[in-house]
Amino acid sequence: MTTSIHASALSIGHDGRRVVGDITFDLLPGELLVLIGTNGSGKSTLLKTLAGMLAPISGEVSILGRQPGAMPSRVAFLPQHPVSSHTLPLRAEHVVEMGRYAHLGLLKRSTQIDREIVAQSMERTGVKEFAARALRDLSGGQQQRTHLAQVLARRAEVLLLDEPTAGLDVNGRQSVADLISQERENGVTVVLATHEISDANSATAVMLLAHRVVAIGPPEEALRDEYLRECFGFTQPH
Amino acid sequence: MLQPFLNNEFMRHALYAGVLVSLICAVAGTFVVLRGLAFVGDALAHGVLPGIATALLLGVSGVIGAAAGAAVMMMGVNLVTRKLRLSGDTSVGLLFVGMLALGVMITSRSKSFTGDLTRILFGELLGVRWSQLAWQAAAFVFVGAVAWVCRRPFLLLCVDEGLTESSGFSVKRYHAIMLGLVAVTVVASFQIVGTLLVLGMLIAPSATGALISRRLFTMMVVAAISGSAATYIGLLISYHADLAAGASIVLSAVVIFVVVAAGREVRAALNRRHRNGQDNGQEDELPHQHAHVHI
Repeated sequence: MTTSIHASALSIGHDGRRVVGDITFDLLPGELLVLIGTNGSGKSTLLKTLAGMLAPISGEVSILGRQPGAMPSRVAFLPQHPVSSHTLPLRAEHVVEMGRYAHLGLLKRSTQIDREIVAQSMERTGVKEFAARALRDLSGGQQQRTHLAQVLARRAEVLLLDEPTAGLDVNGRQSVADLISQERENGVTVVLATHEISDANSATAVMLLAHRVVAIGPPEEALRDEYLRECFGFTQPH
Repeated sequence: MLQPFLNNEFMRHALYAGVLVSLICAVAGTFVVLRGLAFVGDALAHGVLPGIATALLLGVSGVIGAAAGAAVMMMGVNLVTRKLRLSGDTSVGLLFVGMLALGVMITSRSKSFTGDLTRILFGELLGVRWSQLAWQAAAFVFVGAVAWVCRRPFLLLCVDEGLTESSGFSVKRYHAIMLGLVAVTVVASFQIVGTLLVLGMLIAPSATGALISRRLFTMMVVAAISGSAATYIGLLISYHADLAAGASIVLSAVVIFVVVAAGREVRAALNRRHRNGQDNGQEDELPHQHAHVHI
């Protein structure tokens, strides 16, 4: 099976300043890598590097056999707290429609298929019930679901999700977990950054980050007490 | 209401020019409001001053000087933000005051500049020529066409830069194009409403559009209507009360925004009261239904 994401001895950072080094992993279609760490530990930097928004400092990285950012229609990125959410007067459904822009480019007209994909994404995330309301008038959880629907509307083969459960209640978090499971069943590879250790339960692999890779491997291996203590200064409750 | 425009050619020209300023500002202003570029717009509007002053000193067209000033301002903002790692606001603020001071210094070189400076700052709405109208119309077509072609990356920029980049659109490129449109708008409008007041026409009508619209195109249409209405009202006030035309138009645009905002709040309050009334009504009905069950 072809590797979806390949990283070898990868160093990442901003403006030449290294945040995390020596990252090595391979992900196959349908696999889930969960990134766990404190704020500033390098989770978002790794996701932005995979999305092609930050250039790697050194090492190798490829997504679907190409360099990051080379195939925007096949790789979708959900940023942490999109900045405009509190002010944008546009309807939620229009924000979801933007998920098709990577396929449409500047000038292509949207087709019936695009509209159906947008409708399905809204249905799956529950955005349909508030589709006509302005993004700024929605609650934090509803805004997060809208952005998630936008990412799903991309119909990408790789999803890079930066804290998609932030601002969601228990039911909302479970819905996101279900959506990720469904996507994986369809062969979509997912990289998920989170603070919630419970998000790692169904992961193929977990990477613990603290300005370096503390541990990487299956959840039962990477979430051992000594690694968690090193990463957070405490262990998970048994 | 129509007499001043029917009887005076300068009033008709002023109306045409004001409507054209409203149209072009509606397109650029919508993105300025959605992307939060009001301060950049303000800086661009003032940043053109030294360019215009230098052009007048050299006997060149003020429009060319304004374009050069706007280009220097845009490049300066990009350079300072990237190289010195300062926030966008700080970079813009530094260049804004720097360019404004430079403009005032150049204009202070000659006493004959006093009249020119007033014209640059406050516009010359009541002395519009056909050539200026033609230039404005061409600028509107250009800004409208570029905004239509770039509408998708522009909208993504208004949501999040990360989304823009990951959707295959370069943030640097489309942000620069957006700033370029604002610069063209400023250059095309300053002769009419002046560099001090052009920001008002960029912001106030588009902010009115943002209050009551949920689509990009509708927002632009509302902004254009609101700006045109402000032009008409402002010119009438200016004619009858002998007040500065540009300032009357911009103040009218701001008043329209305040009225629409107040109307929106009143409507929201009435809706809330109506909903509360319905909820209370339902609560009243419940015991009644409950009593029936017991009977």
